[in-house]
Amino acid sequence: MSWQEEARRVADGIRRRVTDFTLKNGGGYLSQACSSAEILATLYTRVMHLGPSVAPPVPPPFSGVPGKNANYTTGAGYNGPKAPDLDRFFISPVHYALVLYATLVETGRMAEEGLAMFNQDGSTVEMIGAEHSPGHELMAGSLGQALSQVIGIALARRERGETGRNFVFMSDGEFMIGQTWEAIETLAFYRLDSVIVYIDANGQSADGRIDEVMRIEPLKDRLEAFGAAAVEVDGHDVEALARAAGTPHPGKALFVIARTNPYCGVEVLAERAPRFHYIRFTRPEEKEALRRFYLEKWGENREA
Amino acid sequence: MKLETQVHQKNLVKWAADKPEVVVFSADLTSSTEVRLFAETYPDRFYSFGMTEQNMMSAAGGMAREGFTPWVHTFAVFLYRRALDQLQMSVAYPNLRVRIVGFLPGITTPGGATHQAIEDVAILRAVPNLTILETGDATDVETVLDVAQAVDGPVYIRMLRGQIPRLFTEPLKLGRARHLKKGTDLALFTAGITTEEAMRATEVLEARGVSISHLHVTTHKPFDDPAVLEAIAGARYGVITFENHTTVGGLGSAVAEVMAEAGVGKKLLRLGIPDTYAHGGSRPYLMRYYGLDALALVRGVERLLGEKLGIEEEDLKAVRLEPVHGDYKAEAL
Repeated sequence: MSWQEEARRVADGIRRRVTDFTLKNGGGYLSQACSSAEILATLYTRVMHLGPSVAPPVPPPFSGVPGKNANYTTGAGYNGPKAPDLDRFFISPVHYALVLYATLVETGRMAEEGLAMFNQDGSTVEMIGAEHSPGHELMAGSLGQALSQVIGIALARRERGETGRNFVFMSDGEFMIGQTWEAIETLAFYRLDSVIVYIDANGQSADGRIDEVMRIEPLKDRLEAFGAAAVEVDGHDVEALARAAGTPHPGKALFVIARTNPYCGVEVLAERAPRFHYIRFTRPEEKEALRRFYLEKWGENREA
Repeated sequence: MKLETQVHQKNLVKWAADKPEVVVFSADLTSSTEVRLFAETYPDRFYSFGMTEQNMMSAAGGMAREGFTPWVHTFAVFLYRRALDQLQMSVAYPNLRVRIVGFLPGITTPGGATHQAIEDVAILRAVPNLTILETGDATDVETVLDVAQAVDGPVYIRMLRGQIPRLFTEPLKLGRARHLKKGTDLALFTAGITTEEAMRATEVLEARGVSISHLHVTTHKPFDDPAVLEAIAGARYGVITFENHTTVGGLGSAVAEVMAEAGVGKKLLRLGIPDTYAHGGSRPYLMRYYGLDALALVRGVERLLGEKLGIEEEDLKAVRLEPVHGDYKAEAL
């Protein structure tokens, strides 16, 4: 299988698994899977240099928060060991947690049983990821804080002479936030070219279409004006997504604006426009339509 | 009593010389927070973040995750007001070794309400994992560094700058108040700049026959020094707290919680900024206006005792303070 085929297989698996959970739970962050499946699939299968997972395939249950808790660990181990020459991955919009968990399963970093713990009481496989959740390393649920935290990590890694890059996954809604722009000017000030940000630019936020909520465009021009390198790609084109990481950006952080569609691959959602943030079924027919779509596209729903 | 200047400026450089893990973050107030000399001496360990306090706080969390100990310097209000969410989620929740150095506590600035950290202890006492320290003299300012650096988690320090008295000779200790006087009529708890005022007042009060147990509190959280209850137990007329902070949620509230949980039924008088924002002005003016000077404490003592003691401003001015040893041992009173 070519890497492109593998990336597309992972992306399809992400959509299938998140659709499955949305049906099971009676709702979920499904449009985020539709828009970001190729981004995460391409990052994990082609772009990032990560070692194999060093975390237990089935995530341990919740054992307490950091502080007076000797056994505490973050979920970073699913992204491989920390090493000077390896890349690191940080997710910022952690309501994409299920999309990330599905990515970990599809790439062999987490067992399928781990996914079954999603949103179960006492589990770390939480709906809104915390730093103990698989694949997570930072507290990022208060949007706009992860990029600044990565600045601290990237400064420390540079101080130690490490060559690994620092990948951050962000959503376009986070570019409404003042702290995001503080972070971007700081990336420029410290010439932190070890930081590469992939933005799921699906044009959606909680209230609906971003352009009806707040003005963030023209994003590429804004990023460049703030001293970053920026490139715009079709966020469902795995080759374009992979190529974007190779954009020369000496002395600058690189932002890949992945233009995406919030119902790509699950087209039955299209009629929900303009509201995609959290898919709810208000009528039984809606759930039935998604179930039928699932059956036609992926066959019998194994878990249901 | 000796007044000293730029205590933190000089001390930090000396202290950090053999600590490569210590880095300093600054938010465009490098001279105002006395870290200019650090920036000049160790340019590789100094990080300018400009006026991006939220970003700076999160970045400090990131760097602490990698084994460094960021000492974040700016005015306190910009740390616990502007960057509170970042302080909580990027630093306190992950229990990271970030040292948050907040300047201009209470009314120690003519900068007015925007610059005066009058409710920082109240807000930050509610933050899990956070240790809260306060300095009241040059020795506190110097020795708080070792104490904070030894804490395996985030620390917030109410820091003093500029001209500072040297009141004490012994180093600050975590979770241990400095026991400055022992007595049987009143238990008095002070912190930060109110301690010097209280030391003036207690000299005169003692001369008038009021026997006072006086503790200078330097650890607001955790607030578990056994000497607190011991002093309260031995106080015949009641307890006074006296703080450069609003009377809501700070030292007065911490003492009230200890008393209530121990079932101590004694009067408690909380002196401090009386649940109000302040305004800009000179320090002596503000201390008088908001009731934070030695005379305000004397009047408080009179209220608690229910009698006039005939003490006037001239009596307080005549007091000459000498640096004290300060007894940490919780000896029987």
